[in-house]
Amino acid sequence: MRIACPFCGPRGSEEYTYLGDATVRRPEGDAPSEAWFAYVYLRDNPAGRHRELWYHGAGCRSWLVVERDMRSHDILSVAPARDMALARGRAA
Amino acid sequence: MLAEKYSIVSVVAQALRGQRGWKPVWREPEPRAEYDVVIVGGGGHGLATAWYLASQHGITSVAVLEKGYLGSGNVGRNTTIVRSNYLLPGNIPFYEHSLKLWEGLERDINYNAMVSQRGVLNLFHSDAQRDAYARRGNAMRLHGVDAELLDRDAVRRLYPFFDYDNARFPIQGGLLQPRGGTVRHDAVAWGYARAADRRGVDLIQNCEVTGIRVEGGRAVGVETGRGVIRARKIGLACAGNSSRVAAMAGLRLPIESHVLQAFVSEGIKPLVDGVVTFGAGHFYMSQSDKGGLVFGGDIDGYNSYAQRGNLPVVEDVCEGGMALMPGIGRLRLLRQWGGLMDMSMDGSPIIDRTPVEGLYLNAGWCYGGFKATPASGWCFAHLIARDAPHPVATAFRLDRFATGHLIDEKGAGAQPNLH
Amino acid sequence: MSAPAMILPRQAVATSAAGPAPAQPFRLAAGGLVDRTATLDFTFDGRRYTGHPGDTLASALLANGVRLVGRSFKYHRPRGILSSGPEEPNALVELRSGARREPNTRATMAELFAGLEARSQNRWPSLRFDLMGVNQLVAPILAAGFYYKTFMWPAAFWETVYEPLIRRAAGLGRAAGEPDPDHYEKATLHCDVLVTGAGPAGLMAALAAARAGARVVLCEEDVRLGGRLLAERRTLDGLPAPDWLRGVEAELRAMPDCRILTRTTVFGAFDGACGAVERVSDHLATPPEFQPRQRLWRIVAGRQVLAAGSIERPLVFGGNDRPGIMLAGAVRSYLNRFGVAAGRRAVVFTNNDDAACTVADLAAAGVAVAALVDMRREVSPEIRRIAEAAGASLLTDAAVTRVRGRTALRGVEVTDGAGRRHALDCDLLAMSGGWSPSLHLASHHGGKAAWNEARATFLPPEQLPPGMAVAGAANGDLLLAECLAAGARAGAAAAQATGFRPAPPATPSVDGESTASAPFWWVRGGRGKAFVDFQNDVGVEDVALANREGFRSVEHLKRYTTLGMATDQGKTSNANGVALLAELSGRTIAGTGTTTFRPPYTPVAIGALAGHHRGKAFRPVRRTPTHDWAAEQGAVFVEAGPWLRAQYFPRPGESDWLETVTREARTVREAVGLCDVTTLGKIDIQGPDAATFLERVYINTWKALPVGRARYGVMLREDGMVMDDGTTARLAEDRFVMTTTTVNAVRVSQHLEFCHQWLWPELDVQMISVTEQWAQIAVAGPRSRAVLERVVDAPFDIGNDAFPHMACAALTVCGGIKARLFRLSFSGEMAYEIAVPARFGDALARRLMEAGAPFGITPYGTEALGVLRIEKGHVAGNELTGQTTAADLGLGRMMSRKKDFIGRAMAQRPGLTDPARPVLVGLRPVDRAARLRGGAHLLPRGAESTAAHDQGYLTSVAFSPALGHWIGLGLLVRGRERMGEIVRAHDPVRGGDLEVEVVPPVFVDPEGARLHV
Repeated sequence: MRIACPFCGPRGSEEYTYLGDATVRRPEGDAPSEAWFAYVYLRDNPAGRHRELWYHGAGCRSWLVVERDMRSHDILSVAPARDMALARGRAA
Repeated sequence: MLAEKYSIVSVVAQALRGQRGWKPVWREPEPRAEYDVVIVGGGGHGLATAWYLASQHGITSVAVLEKGYLGSGNVGRNTTIVRSNYLLPGNIPFYEHSLKLWEGLERDINYNAMVSQRGVLNLFHSDAQRDAYARRGNAMRLHGVDAELLDRDAVRRLYPFFDYDNARFPIQGGLLQPRGGTVRHDAVAWGYARAADRRGVDLIQNCEVTGIRVEGGRAVGVETGRGVIRARKIGLACAGNSSRVAAMAGLRLPIESHVLQAFVSEGIKPLVDGVVTFGAGHFYMSQSDKGGLVFGGDIDGYNSYAQRGNLPVVEDVCEGGMALMPGIGRLRLLRQWGGLMDMSMDGSPIIDRTPVEGLYLNAGWCYGGFKATPASGWCFAHLIARDAPHPVATAFRLDRFATGHLIDEKGAGAQPNLH
Repeated sequence: MSAPAMILPRQAVATSAAGPAPAQPFRLAAGGLVDRTATLDFTFDGRRYTGHPGDTLASALLANGVRLVGRSFKYHRPRGILSSGPEEPNALVELRSGARREPNTRATMAELFAGLEARSQNRWPSLRFDLMGVNQLVAPILAAGFYYKTFMWPAAFWETVYEPLIRRAAGLGRAAGEPDPDHYEKATLHCDVLVTGAGPAGLMAALAAARAGARVVLCEEDVRLGGRLLAERRTLDGLPAPDWLRGVEAELRAMPDCRILTRTTVFGAFDGACGAVERVSDHLATPPEFQPRQRLWRIVAGRQVLAAGSIERPLVFGGNDRPGIMLAGAVRSYLNRFGVAAGRRAVVFTNNDDAACTVADLAAAGVAVAALVDMRREVSPEIRRIAEAAGASLLTDAAVTRVRGRTALRGVEVTDGAGRRHALDCDLLAMSGGWSPSLHLASHHGGKAAWNEARATFLPPEQLPPGMAVAGAANGDLLLAECLAAGARAGAAAAQATGFRPAPPATPSVDGESTASAPFWWVRGGRGKAFVDFQNDVGVEDVALANREGFRSVEHLKRYTTLGMATDQGKTSNANGVALLAELSGRTIAGTGTTTFRPPYTPVAIGALAGHHRGKAFRPVRRTPTHDWAAEQGAVFVEAGPWLRAQYFPRPGESDWLETVTREARTVREAVGLCDVTTLGKIDIQGPDAATFLERVYINTWKALPVGRARYGVMLREDGMVMDDGTTARLAEDRFVMTTTTVNAVRVSQHLEFCHQWLWPELDVQMISVTEQWAQIAVAGPRSRAVLERVVDAPFDIGNDAFPHMACAALTVCGGIKARLFRLSFSGEMAYEIAVPARFGDALARRLMEAGAPFGITPYGTEALGVLRIEKGHVAGNELTGQTTAADLGLGRMMSRKKDFIGRAMAQRPGLTDPARPVLVGLRPVDRAARLRGGAHLLPRGAESTAAHDQGYLTSVAFSPALGHWIGLGLLVRGRERMGEIVRAHDPVRGGDLEVEVVPPVFVDPEGARLHV
């Protein structure tokens, strides 16, 4: 798999580390335990498009949000996680 | 009863008739409108569940629904290893129960699945790893499971062709479970299928479940490509796709689907007697009766439903193989394939009721599902029949993630691709 | 089963003689692409033969009249050469000898070299008289899947009797059994257009793309470009094929951005890259110096054209496996490319028009053609004319129904439509059941090959791997003109898609041909076993049995009968098997479907996939800055993850490691020692929000930490378990340097970046790992200050008041070298860690040794480090298992209640706060002379040795020089309430069981007074 790092260009997936689902949101500290349980453990795990976090550890150290199709491994989009997180913060 | 009893007598008798007298090993029934129990998933676990429902609990109004062909999932895509060399008390009794069922399998189902207790050896390469394996071996012994800690020389006597003198991570010894071994994987599915069919279980192939009917908080049936099938109880045994199917009943699971590759070399004359796990990389291997080295390594590490993996892991696995056995360089990799793993959040399985009444879950087997097949079926059948967990599977609760009673063998935490 | 009496064969004793090599009786007088001016000696089963450069082992064997080359897998039937390519199922040999022995090598793919040694395999005692051939006599019993139905009684016999027999009989060749002496390489290639296969379609594709300016990689499995053109007598643009090929090759080679890789098989289409293996030196006896045997290429291409050609299908009839029965295309290949007649008198058996070429080529080479046997009722006048011209009788609506000869074909019996039988003498049967596209790579992404009724073949799936196009015979085009045109189109389209402007090359003109065929799959009513999968001995009756027993899914068929699972992966058998199953089960072929093609396309040496990563080079080694110095000191090194660290420093006269380690630890407690701790992760964290950031990743508080002070911190995973620990020092209001454990350095760094970039992007903080940049050395012991005073530049005051425990500072040492000094202690003694730029690490160690000499300084390694920390009850990797909470480790009180931090919420779960969890304790043997062992389990005294009484285990043990006996740390259920209790350390795997006393985990200086002197 080749992931187009927005900073480094397309690189083989072996340069990256995978974390998982990028759609779950860390709750506020005082959130109920159910919210924490859902954040840490529950996953949609769709057989289709999946937004997920990858870390370019052998490159620029950026965390990236990659949208990928679980059935074909086709990569649909890549964006810096920090940009998305900041946008999310502004939207909130 | 369609299939006759298998034995050398029947085989020779059939040989004299040109093998023309054999009957189908299973019927191809049309699904009925209603069953006592519907099992979703005609893989190893689903078929074993059906067999034990029928043979242990007398429940024969059972349908096993399979979207492809029987045994088309991981039961036919693994590296065939069986063992019970686990560390944690939540796991050991279950896997030991499974190993005991393996030991009696062919008599139980009148099918030779070639259970071969060739020994499973986990190598260690450092003092810390040795102590960790001692801890594990001691835990096994306390549970009445066989375990032996071997030093380097003892390992060398068993496997003289490993790299002992030029290794980056020298072999210091290994933890041996003599009763571990291998089983011919496809035969497990076929054997259970045939046995269950003979007890009247309907095995329905090419019948994909597309929906789960829930009425008043209770699961009452499934929608399939071949119509609605109602059931008093529904058991999900569709690892790799558990999330997808559970979602039909509105459930989210602590599971991700990942791809694990497996490999086989061209056939060679006997070289590797038992099962060996390399401790300094991701590599485990045995040799099949047919002569191929069957080996594997780590999961690819990203969510996938594609049933195929990629080159970096192929290379990583072969590097481990060459580091362990520098004599296999000229052997050729014949075939590699991928299976979908139900990677759970703590690396251990789930056999439990669900919040939906009448819906039972058997999932999260990670890459350890094959060895668990008999006990998984046994315990799932028990759960479905009696609505109570089997004593060796009490830890495999769905709510353990919420309560924190995790069964995390590797201590890797809530990240499936690290287990 | 017992072997029937057999007469010892003459050959078995005669074959080892090393007499003069015979001439090549089946070599044609002229023609072919072999170099007749040179002769190469080789041996097969110890017997000497000759061949020519350009030969394969198969062509050379045929030239020498060697027909019998192998034995089948199950029945050990005699087998000859079936094909001339990678699909060969029968002619597998052990190539080379000793450590270079390669089992299962296809003779059709092995290029001949001088001195080549080959042996037949899977036979005993000899190829001609293989005792395992008795399996043929009991073949009726050994039907598909027979083993699932028997060998169950008596139960113990499976593993002790039956299975060992099966294992010995199974397998094919023998592995070398010694380390592979050759090297392998891995490399990556980037290009615009990858073309796989250099037959007519591939060459035109490469030409089209390269002429457009695209960077082209052309991979060809063969040593020569040309594909089928090498095997046929064709003319292109009026030129004989070899001449046309020379022109194309010259043009491609002249283009700077076209790279031609011959002897290179693209074996897999993966996500984003193809895998290919180049056989760099396999055509030589041994690789030249500095050359690998093979090279693994990862090819990253913008677009790719698959032009892998097609594979001829055998016909399925009784006795179709006899040596001398070959694929018709292979017969032509041996004639036209290698100048070898595969027999003296041939019969051609076919269902298609391609056979006309075979008849014509055989006749042209002077081989008698007894008959053309066509399964079709009608054939074209052209075919009639060719048969007539060749002197071959034409039998239509006819099939071979009986075969004579055992180890070599002697004749066939043909039954025609009218039921007449024709007995024909022949030593060669050329058969053709049509051609199947080599579409394997096209379906590696899971797309299923689709049945095409009109062409009677499977074609590439609609869902191709991204960027792939299929052209030529691989796409079902069998006419040369079609292949050339399709290749040119595909190459041009690929170039266009990668940003070039191609002008498709003109397609060469070719002579007319016909490839009409009729889908006949098998001959009913013949005599003898009719094989579908030759190597695995799967016959028609096995497919029928599978169908009868309900194994009607094509995957069930494969798995139950092993059809398609041999080393050729069903290249010659899959289509026939599917067609047969469809017919037997009353379904269409399209409805029956096909199995999944999996990489690799052809088997790949495991060595090539591993590359250089073996032996000491399995994984890179990280060395500390003081590595060379430590080696000079005689250090014994130990692997610590990727690092090599000094484990201990033995001195002359010390009898074992324990004596050395005890001396090192004692010296630290009594005087001073130094230890390289560079491997600990170091992360530089800067920014106005740095302290806030630390508050969120650590369980304890950081905002109040003064500049110039360090603090011990613990971080959790989000699931509430301890992730890592270490000290973090505040160098400035907005600057911290964090240390992590060695093993978690990378993981913590990644975690911090995650927390910052994804969870709290609003925090103004940046971080970077500086583990590699700073050498760090611990100087520990009561005389450590005295040593450091001689190293630290004046006027910096390291006295206890000015620089107390947990102080830190930036300063200079050794006359102006930038350094950082931390007063930290892992050993429990007064101690410092001093960091200098990594390049000064070696010099610093030497300077410290000099400065410390008067105080008796000793270097100490990881063992003594461990002893000292266990004596102090400090947790390390053995306790930070990922299964322990802060409270388990006695660190629960550090968890701040006033803030949110990673792991806080989930650490409150009942399972993590259960008071019955095992917690950290110290343990000491009741018998002070006894040795403790890590991994022993803790059980109450007097309790039965069962899991029900398992209450914990020993995590870390050491011989304590301070106490003079072994001590340990352990995790024990409710341990803190059990001080003074005697429990058992139960260690059955090492035969140990002894009583230990539960004590607090800090064995030495529990008040910490030594830290503050």
